[in-house]
Amino acid sequence: MSDESRAQGGLRTDPPPKVVVTKIGLDGHDRGSRVIAASLRDAGMEVVYTPPWQDIAAVIKLAIEEDADVIGVSSLASDHLLVPKLMAGLRKAGAGDVQVVVGGIVPPGDEKQLLDAGVARVFHPGTSLQVIAQAIRELSARARSLRTGVPS
Amino acid sequence: MNQPFQEIPSQEDSEQAAHRWRGAFEATPAAARRVVNRSGIEVQPLYTPQDWSGTAYASELGYPGEFPYTRGIYASMHRGRSWTQRQLIGLGAPEDYNARLKEMLAHGATAISLIPCNSVFRGCDADQVDLELLGTCGTVINTVEDMERALAGVPLDRISCALNDPSPFTLLAMVLAVARRRGIAWTKIAGTSNQSDCISHYVANHMFFRLALGGARRLLIDHIAYANEFLPAWNPLSVVGQHMQQAGASPAEAMAFTLSSALQYAEDCRARGMDPDAFLPRFTFFFDVSISFFEEIAKFRAGRRIWARLCRERVGARDPKSWRLKFHAQTSGVDLTRQQPLNNIARVTVQAIAGIFGGLQSLHTDAYDEAFSVPSADAARIAVASQNILREEAHLTDVIDPLGGSYYVEALTGEMERRIEDLMAAIDAAGGMYAAVEKGIVQRRIGESALAFQKRVESGEQTVVGVNAYRIEESPEQYRALEYPDRARIEAQLGRLAAFKARRSAAAVERALGDLGRAAQGRGNLFALVVDAVEAGATHGEICARLRRELGLGQPLTVV
Repeated sequence: MSDESRAQGGLRTDPPPKVVVTKIGLDGHDRGSRVIAASLRDAGMEVVYTPPWQDIAAVIKLAIEEDADVIGVSSLASDHLLVPKLMAGLRKAGAGDVQVVVGGIVPPGDEKQLLDAGVARVFHPGTSLQVIAQAIRELSARARSLRTGVPS
Repeated sequence: MNQPFQEIPSQEDSEQAAHRWRGAFEATPAAARRVVNRSGIEVQPLYTPQDWSGTAYASELGYPGEFPYTRGIYASMHRGRSWTQRQLIGLGAPEDYNARLKEMLAHGATAISLIPCNSVFRGCDADQVDLELLGTCGTVINTVEDMERALAGVPLDRISCALNDPSPFTLLAMVLAVARRRGIAWTKIAGTSNQSDCISHYVANHMFFRLALGGARRLLIDHIAYANEFLPAWNPLSVVGQHMQQAGASPAEAMAFTLSSALQYAEDCRARGMDPDAFLPRFTFFFDVSISFFEEIAKFRAGRRIWARLCRERVGARDPKSWRLKFHAQTSGVDLTRQQPLNNIARVTVQAIAGIFGGLQSLHTDAYDEAFSVPSADAARIAVASQNILREEAHLTDVIDPLGGSYYVEALTGEMERRIEDLMAAIDAAGGMYAAVEKGIVQRRIGESALAFQKRVESGEQTVVGVNAYRIEESPEQYRALEYPDRARIEAQLGRLAAFKARRSAAAVERALGDLGRAAQGRGNLFALVVDAVEAGATHGEICARLRRELGLGQPLTVV
């Protein structure tokens, strides 16, 4: 765990944020998901990384089994269009507390559609790894407070 | 000796002068800054005859079109024939692609490309995937009839076609079937199987159809053998460094892994009893060209030299045509930014010049909007115009290998060469490229380099204008992204697929797929049976499914 995350995490008893980093759909370009997974791990988080091409149902199952706080979906070539289906699936599975972020090539017009579907954040190319890590820490806290009913 | 004015300094004077300059340089603040390129080579502030003296000119450089091809693979290079301008296109339904293609042909294009929908890359027909993804990135083509519509009115015997056709090469099989229907001899079918390098798919961009790697290895060699026999104008192999560099490999790593892959394929061909002088002239390469200008130029010059020596000395080719590293280059999308996207036009220009000075044979320039969308028509037009400006306005092509003989470029070419050869030696020591990727060696290296580069951007050591420096407030909504294909057309495409399946002879399809399955268990040429299956009416998805069933399921070989 980095000094920074120790300082920001504050509570030593809190387990670190748990994040599933994945790619759904058809595209296989995974530089983004690999870099994010490695850097979140370096920032002291628990990262469950999947190779590309995941089915939505498999990602939901994984997030529930792993008790993940956040799902990060990386998309280069239009696969972000499937994220509304992921959101609906999570709610249906009773896992609506899990926070979902999307990173990658998301055309300007599509961002609103994703946010309307319940996606917490959309990260575009050029976003710093620190900004992403900080957002995920906050979203992890939100997911935990939704789950336990205790305000974060 | 007659030296009236002492204009030419003696060796001693030159060393004294170098010493004097070094002292002056080290007294400046610039001396504190260490510069390391993307491949990890420390770059000196100045290069002199002490770094490259030119005494080994004949063996290290030679002349263009001559071994070891450092200065280019053809005698006249761009002074004679310009590079081929080959932009990637592919979207929507086959008729959308056809309309775009005809527009390009009307503007004088003689070389075309075809990118299929991601569903095709993944071995699926349109009816097997989520509707919203169809045609958003590449054209939906599943059957010979789809290919007929995509190529309607296109003179197949007079154009060169780069098919982004991953294993099992059904798109080529469809083109051959269309040619047969039109009475065009297969000997006239010219172009390249652009995505046939299976290793790059398993380790870098994962655009393959879930076939086990061993099966893909066999299919590739079957495909090369088939092209050698029946398709004299077709290049069955493009070895793709671009995938690995875009996935994070440094320029030296990308060149090393690509040449190691090519060597592995050459050895596989030789093990099948093929003559190196029959297959090597039709090996082509596809590289990324980043904005690290001199490093990229040195990468290409070093790569040519290494490949020429390998083909001659290790693979045993005797025909000079077998020694040439022929390559297509694409400007690096990873260098482009979503922020201030018009700045990308400047980036692409620098990248393209590096590729041109690096001696490329064919070029794709990225559109400026690729960091937020599949390219829009306006952005694609500017990318093409940029090539025209570089080729016809800027006088870049007047002199062959214009940077040859630069102390820096020659010294850097030598250093890149050593670094690439060291990496290739490590792959050899691991047992070749297939063994190295199965052990995760290549993927680990690519992952480490990707993360290291990102950290250089984060720390500000590597400036990215608009991202970590010179930022401005802007609204991305002011830029128009490409519109997704019309849903009605995609639904019509699904209807046509269903009608095609209902109309064809189910018995003929089953027979062809049965033959393919039996051949997979035996030793026959699988690509020949893919050609037969397409002709019999089998779809891309059906062919992929049968091969997967017989040859095993494969997953991306990722390491994080």
